Amino acid sequence: MRRRIPLIITFVIGLVLITGYFVTRAPFNTLYESFSDYFAIITVFAFILGGGSLLKIHLKRVSSRATDWHYSVVTLVAFLVTLVIGLFKVGNPAGMGGEILAAGSWLRFMFDGVYNPLSATMFSLLAFFVASASYRAFRARTKEATILLSAALIILLGRTPVGAWMTAWMPESLAFLELPNLANWIMAWPNTAGQRAIMIGIALGVIATSLRIILGIERNYLGRGE
Amino acid sequence: MRIPDSILHIDRRIIFLLIGAAVCIPLILKPRFQDSPTPIVQSIFDTVERLPPGSRVFLSFDYGPDTAPELDPMAKALVRHTMTRGHEVSFFTLFPEGVGQIKKITDSLLPLEFPEKAYGRDFVNLGYKAGLGGAINTMVVNFRTLVNADAEGTPLDALPITADVDEMVDYVIILSLTAGDPGLKEWIQFAGDIAGIPVMGGGTAVVAPELYPYYPQQLVGLMGGLKGASEYESALVDRYPAFRNAPMDATMRMGPQVVTHVLIVLLVLLGNLAYFLGRADRAGRTGQGTQAGRRP
Repeated sequence: MRRRIPLIITFVIGLVLITGYFVTRAPFNTLYESFSDYFAIITVFAFILGGGSLLKIHLKRVSSRATDWHYSVVTLVAFLVTLVIGLFKVGNPAGMGGEILAAGSWLRFMFDGVYNPLSATMFSLLAFFVASASYRAFRARTKEATILLSAALIILLGRTPVGAWMTAWMPESLAFLELPNLANWIMAWPNTAGQRAIMIGIALGVIATSLRIILGIERNYLGRGE
Repeated sequence: MRIPDSILHIDRRIIFLLIGAAVCIPLILKPRFQDSPTPIVQSIFDTVERLPPGSRVFLSFDYGPDTAPELDPMAKALVRHTMTRGHEVSFFTLFPEGVGQIKKITDSLLPLEFPEKAYGRDFVNLGYKAGLGGAINTMVVNFRTLVNADAEGTPLDALPITADVDEMVDYVIILSLTAGDPGLKEWIQFAGDIAGIPVMGGGTAVVAPELYPYYPQQLVGLMGGLKGASEYESALVDRYPAFRNAPMDATMRMGPQVVTHVLIVLLVLLGNLAYFLGRADRAGRTGQGTQAGRRP
């Protein structure tokens, strides 16, 4: 019964939503609107679930002194401090009625002074690792790798003013060979063709999986418990 | 160690140092690179430019601080343009961190460069809504169900800019600055295609290639990475010379990007040169070894 009820709910809601998308008459249109509203409400509860899951996992790691449990302590402290300051608007000049990220508030300070630079630092490090990895791994070992390497070099140079400067001497009849034009061509044609193929493939996969879920063939989302 | 091997196994800290220098030196010297808008960027500029003053524009900041160096310049350029044209801008975000990005604009750029613009009349912050692509769908189906107040809790009816906004289609265009999912793709799929609202915007250099398949039918225009932002800034300065002295972030940051790109290209070429020299060297030695083995 614990598995059958969720399966019935999934089947009915899936069917109503699909029908509601194509049939714009009552009761399907109203049901479609109502389910869209429910979705917005249910999504908010996912945050509670996510917070609870984070607490459970990291408390368990700390209590069992798992490898690198110290990081879990940092995660828990950061999570709880941010949550309390955000929820109760601690240090907000306007008090509980004030804007969440009001100027001068503690949460604003944490966002601008801690979260902002930490996120930017983590992302910036990518440039260093990408450069090192490109140097070591980007080799023209095969025909395919050579094509990929050539495309990458054209895009890298073509997306900067240096690319235009390097090929500016070309005559008008060969303008299509200028690096920015070549880079634009790669983005507009081979890239678009490849991306479309991937997107259509993914879309077909999503449709097939959705049908399997609606029809109750795919049941992994229910978990393993009986 | 032979020369190709020593080049191949160069200490990665040297590469890190070179990249650090490639970023820092142009930041100090501030070289300026002239850019001109490509058609895919120009079409966004032209669309914003052609809208009659007072048009309702929906601007979604779908990114956080990690991608801000790429997307903040786009946000600033779009805000400068829409405000100069006298459009009414509603800020929104599908990213929890996007709230902070909106605040950066509304608390610093707008009071500084457009002090005459008033909150609630010329612009409004609708804040963050959870639900990813589903949130967009809900807004298209029933806008007021999800968005009934601004980020501070003021009812939409109490603000002149949103008092008449009942549906998503009350906005003439949707602009999204995207760092991933949800972002432009979701705005196209759930709002642009369904409600027929023109969608355009910008994405990080990593995200931009995924959005090309939608251009030009479903996506009016796209700014790809810092280069796209720089192109938009150049279009803005060309049309409105008053911005010539304004701090154009993307144009300034193109210096480090240009030098870093050139450095990476040189490193890749050097790595390949060393690889092929090493391979030829090894082939030569194997050949010599085989010949030596055949000697009686």
